[in-house]
Parts: sequence; C-alpha cells; structure tokens
Amino acid sequence: MPVSTLNGQPAWAHRTGKARLALWAGWLGLVALFVFCWEVMTENTIWDFVRDAPQQAADIGSRMVPPAWSYMDRLWWPLWDTLNIATLGTLMGIIIAIPVAFLAAQNTTPSYYIARPIALFIIVASRSINSLIWALLLVSIIGPGVMAGIVAIGLRSIGFVAKLLYEAIEEIEETQVEAVTATGASGAQVINYAIVPQILPAFAGISVFRWDINIRESTILGLVGAGGIGLQLQASLNVLAWSQVTMIFIVILATVVVSEWVSAKVRHAII
Amino acid sequence: MTETAHPTKWKRPPILIRDARWRYAIYGGALVYMVLAIGSVEVNWIRVYEGLERGWRFIQGFLQPDFTTRWYDIRIGLIESLTMTVTSTVVGVLISVPIGIGAARNLAPPVVYLVCRAIIALSRALQEIIIAILLVAMFGFGPFAGFLTLSFATIGFLSKLLAEDIEDIDEAQAEAIRATGASWWQLINYAIQPQVMPRLIGLSLYRLDINFRESAVIGIVGAGGIGATLNTAIDRYEYDSAGAIILIIIVIVMAAEYSSSHVRKWVQ
Repeated sequence: MPVSTLNGQPAWAHRTGKARLALWAGWLGLVALFVFCWEVMTENTIWDFVRDAPQQAADIGSRMVPPAWSYMDRLWWPLWDTLNIATLGTLMGIIIAIPVAFLAAQNTTPSYYIARPIALFIIVASRSINSLIWALLLVSIIGPGVMAGIVAIGLRSIGFVAKLLYEAIEEIEETQVEAVTATGASGAQVINYAIVPQILPAFAGISVFRWDINIRESTILGLVGAGGIGLQLQASLNVLAWSQVTMIFIVILATVVVSEWVSAKVRHAII
Repeated sequence: MTETAHPTKWKRPPILIRDARWRYAIYGGALVYMVLAIGSVEVNWIRVYEGLERGWRFIQGFLQPDFTTRWYDIRIGLIESLTMTVTSTVVGVLISVPIGIGAARNLAPPVVYLVCRAIIALSRALQEIIIAILLVAMFGFGPFAGFLTLSFATIGFLSKLLAEDIEDIDEAQAEAIRATGASWWQLINYAIQPQVMPRLIGLSLYRLDINFRESAVIGIVGAGGIGATLNTAIDRYEYDSAGAIILIIIVIVMAAEYSSSHVRKWVQ
C-alpha cells in the first residue's frame, strides 16, 4: 500500500511516488504533443477569418431562416433516390459480405493460411475507407449518378457486415454442428441446418443496423455527385441559397430520425 | 386397436417470421419495392462501359501506387490530418468530460441533465460532413474548420458513452465514499473516476481512430487534411497517387486500430 509521511506520521496516499511521477510525465507528454500539433495545424490559419466567424455565423443564420418550404416539391424524387441508394447498397453489401464472413470465421474457413487473410484484408480495406471516398472514386470511374452511390454504399457495407457476421459465426454452439454432422450431412447441409439458424437473428439485426447507417451516409453522397438528396444540397450550396439548404437539412434530419426509429423497432422485434 | 399415425415427413419451420400471413406480406412488399426501386435507377451503360477502362487504371494504380510524384502534397495533407486528429480529440475529450458528468442521471440535477442531454442529441444528430460545410462557411477553408468539426462530433460520441458508463457504476462504492462525509468533488475523484477511467481512456483512443478516418472525409468539403489531397488527385485522374493515399489511410487506420486495442487491453 502506498504510504507517505504527514507531520512525522505515516499516512495513506492514493499512489506511490514513482506512479505519481510517471503519471505527471504522461500528462506532460500529452500536453506537449497537443501544443506541438496545435502549432503545426494553425501555422497557416488566417486568424482574421476566425475572428470574423461570429459575424459570418449571424449572417448565414439570418439567411437560413425561414426555410424554403416550397422547395420541398423538388426534394421528393431525390429523397426516393436516397432511399434506394441506401437499401440497394445494403443489399449488395450483404450479398458479398456473407461468403466473406464464412471465409473469415475461424470455424468455417476452408483454409486458415490463404482464404482467411484474404477475407480479413477485404474486411479491413472496406472498413477503413469511408463511403464518401468510395463514392468519389466511383463517380470518376463509372460516372455520376445513383449507380455510383449504390456501389459506394455496398463496398463500404461489406466490411461492416462481414466483420460482425464472422464474429457471430465464431460464437455459435458447436454441439449443434456436431449433431447435424453426425447424421451424415454434407458441408452445405451443415451450414444450412446447423449454422444458419443460429446466426440468422444476429444477421438480421446487423443488416438493419447497417441499413440505418447507410441511410445516414447516402444523404450526403450527392456532394461528390453520387445521386440522392446530397446533389440538391450541393446545388443549393453552390448558389448560396441558404434557405434551401436549411430545408434540405430538415429533410435529412427527419429521414435519419425515421430510419433510426424503424431500425430500433425491427431490431427490438427480432431480438 | 388403432395405431397413432406417426408423422413421416418433416417440414422445416420458418426461422424468423412465424406468422405465415406476415411472412407473405413482408416478402410481397419487399418484391414490389425491389421492382420499383430497380426500375427507377437510371444507369447510363455506355458511360459505365467507358468507365471500365478507368476502373482498370485505378486498380493498376492501387497495385502500383505512386508515392513520390505528389509526395509534397501528400505530406502536407497527412500532417494536417494527424494534427487535426490529435488536437480535436484532446479538446473534444476535455469538453465531453463535464458534459458527460452532467448527463449522468445519478450525479446531476434535472436541469443540468436536460441541458447536457440536449447538447449530446444536437451533436449526434448532425453528421460530421454537414457540420463541416457550415463551419467552413464560417471559419474559412483549412484544418481549423476541420478541427472544430471533429471536436464537436467527439463531444456527442464521448459524452453519451461516458454518461451511460457513469450511470452503470457500482453504487456501493459511491455510497461508501459518501458515508465518509466526502464532498461532491471528492465523490467524483474517489468513487466515480477510478471506476470509469479505464473505459474513458479506451473510448478516447477509439475516438482518436474515428477522428482520423473522418479527417480523411471532411477534406472533401474544404476542411483540410488528406481528404483534400485525395480529392485533388482523383479530380486530376491521377489514380496512382490516389491509390497511394488510400493505401496510406488503410495502413494508418490499421495501425491505430491494432495499437489502440492493445492499449485498451493493457488499461483494463
């Protein structure tokens, strides 16, 4: 127990002297790192713009209200596109993620040293890159439009769904697999009758969860030209039509809240 | 004597949706939606076909990344992204600790609780990219707007999880400290802080990781960082430089994820 001396008497202390020193050194290092990063980051910052910011904020704020309610008439179609991007993208991601997950799970992978690392690399690569970056790439490759958005959302979803799904596969109860194997079932039959029923609830939960995230992400994909309501946002921003921007923000917020509600309901019903 | 009829055939029961009517309704609805949705997707197949050659060039660029030609730009973008990540995480954590304590039902009075929860809800509802658009309009282009965006996003994420963690603490320890006549600050310091500190460190590291990933994105709307460099590279159709940048992002994210999971294990 750490003990210090107080008025010649031994007294309890929270930490030993060495621990306290190490703690201070750690904090000092963190502060030094922060100050260093701050200096490097703000090297090229134009402070006049920063000082100007409250004024700018007030100016933009005054132009943002009231929202252009009538602009809603032109938002229904992009909203439908956004919904399609999220849903079809999720579907595409799931379809590719299922085999990847079975290849990556330790108990179902056909080869531990070849297939599993490849599957894990696919998962990591898909997860590290945000869907907006995928969209940026795809718009330049297959051209602007809803299709690029769907593929971008799909590519981003693979890693997420596959990671959670392969963790679920690794956690299944092996006795059921053994029981089905003991009846003389083939590999595909084992997957169908022993593994699928065990992971299906988790799978449905993951899919709905990802769909919810995808709705959120697909609202902004249009900023780089990949279709949906983000296209309108970009157009309104380009002409500085701030009241239309507010209207779009309201629609995006409402969509996100509704999708979150739907996904919570569905997941509650499944689990 | 009649024998009871044994079933000789087994029909697999449906797994997820038990009620047949619901099942058919949901399948039918999904089918109708799919037809409508796929029907409304307009694809310019000629453009896609023309794009295949570019896609191939991108894959080639990814396999043979070019780090050297644009290294100066990549270096600036990386430094901006990394410094932005560190500063915004530190500031975000510093602000989210008091808000997290305020949003914990067992510590804060109702008024403070509601205010803090409102701040959290606001920060979580808006996506980083939307905040970045607004902040770039107010503070001008560059990493400073990105720093503010990431700090704001960090607050919502960390405060919420910290508040939930504080609400889940072992109340017996808090009661024991209270019984010694400790003040509110002493209660926080000796009863709450030791219980939530490991998780707070873990969450901060996790957020550091997320902030780096996000810093690669908000550059697209002008908030500095590696995203701006990537955007430029793709706009110039320099797929080998773009491949290099994406590889760098993947490597840094992997390294951050790996090391943060190690530190988290060590802390807990």
